[in-house]
Amino acid sequence: MIDARIIDKLKEIVGPDNVAAEIQDLLCYGYDATQMEFLPDAVVHPADTAEVAAVMKLANQERFPVFPRGAGSGFSGGALPKGGGIVLVTTRLNRILRIDTENLIAEVEPGVVTEQFQQEVEKLGLFYPPDPASLKFSTLGGNVAENAGGPRCVKYGVTRDFVMGLEVVLPTGEIIRTGGETYKGVVGYDLTRLLCGSEGTLGVITKIIFKLLPYPEAKKTMLTIFDSIDGAAKAVSTIIGNKIIPTTLEFMDHATLKCVDRRFKMGLPESARAVLLIEVDGDRELIERQAARIQELVKPLGLVECKVAKDAAESEALWKVRRLVSPSLRDVNPDKYNEDIVVPRSKVPDVIRRIEKIQQKYDIPIVNFGHAGDGNIHVNVMIDKEVAGQQEKAHEAIREVFRAALDLGGTMSGEHGVGLSKAPYIPLELSPVQIATMQAVKHALDPNNILNPGKMFPA
Amino acid sequence: MDKKTQHTEALKRVEQELKKCVKCGACRANCPAFSAFQREPAVARGKVALAQHILKGDIGLDDQTYLNMSKCLLCGSCVEKCPNEVPTDEIVIAAREALAEQRGLTTFHQAVGRVIKNRRMMTFGAFAASILGPLFFRKVPQTSGLRLRFPLPFIGNTRHIPGIARKPFLDRHPEVIPGEPGKPRIVFFVGCMTNFVYTEIGEAALALFRHLGCTVIIPKDQQCCGLPGMSGGDLQTVRELAERNLAALERHQADYVMTACATCGGALHKFYPAVVGRRNPELAARLKAIAEKTVDAAQLLQQLGLHPEETGAGEALRITYHDPCHLRTRAITRQPRELLTATPGVELAEMEGADRCCGLGGTFNVYHYGSSMAINEAKSRAIMASGASVVATGCPGCMMQLSDGLKQHGQKTRVMHTLELLARNLRR
Ligand SMILES: Cc1cc2nc3c(=O)[nH]c(=O)nc-3n(C[C@H](O)[C@H](O)[C@H](O)COP(=O)(O)OP(=O)(O)OC[C@H]3O[C@@H](n4cnc5c(N)ncnc54)[C@H](O)[C@@H]3O)c2cc1C
Ligand code: SF4
Ligand code: SF4
Repeated sequence: MIDARIIDKLKEIVGPDNVAAEIQDLLCYGYDATQMEFLPDAVVHPADTAEVAAVMKLANQERFPVFPRGAGSGFSGGALPKGGGIVLVTTRLNRILRIDTENLIAEVEPGVVTEQFQQEVEKLGLFYPPDPASLKFSTLGGNVAENAGGPRCVKYGVTRDFVMGLEVVLPTGEIIRTGGETYKGVVGYDLTRLLCGSEGTLGVITKIIFKLLPYPEAKKTMLTIFDSIDGAAKAVSTIIGNKIIPTTLEFMDHATLKCVDRRFKMGLPESARAVLLIEVDGDRELIERQAARIQELVKPLGLVECKVAKDAAESEALWKVRRLVSPSLRDVNPDKYNEDIVVPRSKVPDVIRRIEKIQQKYDIPIVNFGHAGDGNIHVNVMIDKEVAGQQEKAHEAIREVFRAALDLGGTMSGEHGVGLSKAPYIPLELSPVQIATMQAVKHALDPNNILNPGKMFPA
Repeated sequence: MDKKTQHTEALKRVEQELKKCVKCGACRANCPAFSAFQREPAVARGKVALAQHILKGDIGLDDQTYLNMSKCLLCGSCVEKCPNEVPTDEIVIAAREALAEQRGLTTFHQAVGRVIKNRRMMTFGAFAASILGPLFFRKVPQTSGLRLRFPLPFIGNTRHIPGIARKPFLDRHPEVIPGEPGKPRIVFFVGCMTNFVYTEIGEAALALFRHLGCTVIIPKDQQCCGLPGMSGGDLQTVRELAERNLAALERHQADYVMTACATCGGALHKFYPAVVGRRNPELAARLKAIAEKTVDAAQLLQQLGLHPEETGAGEALRITYHDPCHLRTRAITRQPRELLTATPGVELAEMEGADRCCGLGGTFNVYHYGSSMAINEAKSRAIMASGASVVATGCPGCMMQLSDGLKQHGQKTRVMHTLELLARNLRR
């Protein structure tokens, strides 16, 4: 499909050093955090919008697929070149174009790493809240394309809520702007929202205008330990029911706590069955009051212990429990399927109970933790791929977990997206008409099915 | 690629370690090689993937592999931050060993041999001789890591190389310098850089531990730690050196093995048991015993109760501190800072990114001098921005790299070892 002639043309567009067709380069752009692997035919590193547009035009002329890629930290295989074609990497599109302290907006290129952007705006006393756990290495383009979320989303919302406008190279190579720099704006369809979470299937994002906030004056972190899951789940609805929206409400179940404790000896009390990591931020006096009120509210709910951080170092120590979850899981089993279902907040205990049953039925460990504040639970199905039959069992279990989430009024994925991993399950959640509507949009924008083909919808 | 004709034994030894990588990409945040090259084959995840594909037989131990595997500073930053504890540094060493076995080109002595054969390197040889003096190559033994550090194949005349000491440190002192009875007995593992170039580090270490009443033992038969050889994949040489060092260090009854070079410390503390021990199980127990006794000088000084505030006042200095990777990854970051700030006259101004690699990375600097200095660029700028007149650090390798970068910026900032600053008020 991609021959020497096309490689030469690509080199003309982006320069010879920015096209790689060596087997080793191809191998290194064929994986992501799903650990699936597909070999592209070439890897292209454009430096600006014009180059991206030229690559897309060529792809339409020559009919080869293009797979946009940020850092390749995706959990659903969105950046993987299944079926071959070229991987278009945004690493060189890495400039922060401006930070406007008067209008509280910033414009960036998509290859900027999330944390680097946060640090730059924070130097000016500003705040970009979306904080996926991958923020030290994921790109802002990848965050927008996956509509990434994180612990702070309870209060602040997800990536989409901070995107005001985009510059996009359409699959056919035309360049458009969507949205703009004003908070209000109702002229035409909201293409910005359409592009957020489109997983690189509707256009290559080449510039992003973000909304910023003033950096909160202070924050306060608490680790609350409960003697039952129900207690912890009740705590979530009680706090929010009492009109306090914490920045963060992170949840860890008993299985998760056991993993962390076994490996890192956190010294959690015996009777701990669930933990909530709660953080509030904002005005110093306000958060003191909120923190005190939260402690009052959770006390009758089977609270075993509440640790309140006095300073940044203590806060970091409390966060450590949460951060250690990921590395500890491997002790349960070497391989994991990491799903991220969402249910309405009040349904968290129900879904956990359903998962408990699924776990017993299939006899494979399932460890749950995540963002209880918005009902987004990371369901980790732990298996050993080398044991025959376990993968199949895991797939069955996952299907049931998705059903449980959907039955309770939720969704299959809150953050990680569909990509390749969840495409087979899409009909569980979307009706044929919904799927057809989405595919009509895709077809209208990408008549030759050039951009990130094979993603999102079942083949 | 035919699997049978590939010498992948070294990689097979790390097969289980390779499986731990989940391709999350977290290493992209910490890898200095990635920051320089900005391409995935340079990052830890890429190198792990390539190693996996070598074992599968998808790619060979060829030029391309050689180039990609050379893009690693063995700094351990990826390992420190990897959620799954993937030892990419050890994996890269294994790949380099496999490459050396397969191609037989990159062994230690052949590297030196190439220098003499290659015209460009000969040019450098003349240049080196002019500044280093004719005695240089005679004084530095074949097995010294400096042999690999100095005959740099792609070096330009911009490289600032420190002078060579007239008399190596090991020749200056008796083997045993007795201290007070009942006080700790310390074996000093000196290392090539201190022995041949920065002898003042050795003198400072001696002064400080004698000040504490310790008996300091400097085995005359100690060798290069072998890390430059390891970094070239020449594990046979490393094994020989490790065995000779074991013999030298075990010969004395001692409480500690002390190093003032982060790299040597990293070798003794980590790479000996991990890499040499894995490859040569018969040495494993002895290597582990030495590793457990190995401590960094600053760490030990603090542990033994050095109180720099009691050593008299010195000239007022604004300093900044650079974390050598091979101390940082062993969690030795606090101790040197605490000692330095307690030293009268010393004011510590932290630079931005003190914990980032300086870019030396053993032989990385040899093959990728441009990238090495590109990594160093941020470091030089951070040092300048700190407004310090002295940059302190705990590794003579870093000292050389930092001086080089600063000199290229026309800076007069002095580069000193932590121990030199701690000792400066003692000797008055
Ligand atoms: C350890 C770890 C923790 C994580 N934690 C979270 C978390 O807390 N919350 C969360 O939401 N996610 C999380 N993720 C998933 C992942 O990091 C996010 O989805 C992230 O947004 C992906 O960014 P990326 O740059 O790696 O994108 P990639 O993986 O490279 O690509 C992701 C998708 O975006 C598309 N894309 C990338 N750039 C562009 C562009 N410029 N234009 C158009 N399409 C583009 C790709 O085609 C692909 O479909 C985590 C991943 C890991 C490994
Ligand atoms: S080496 Fe570690 S940090 Fe890097 S991708 Fe593998 S598991 Fe992740
Ligand atoms: S050891 Fe250092 S240079 Fe090598 S892969 Fe790890 S972080 Fe990168």
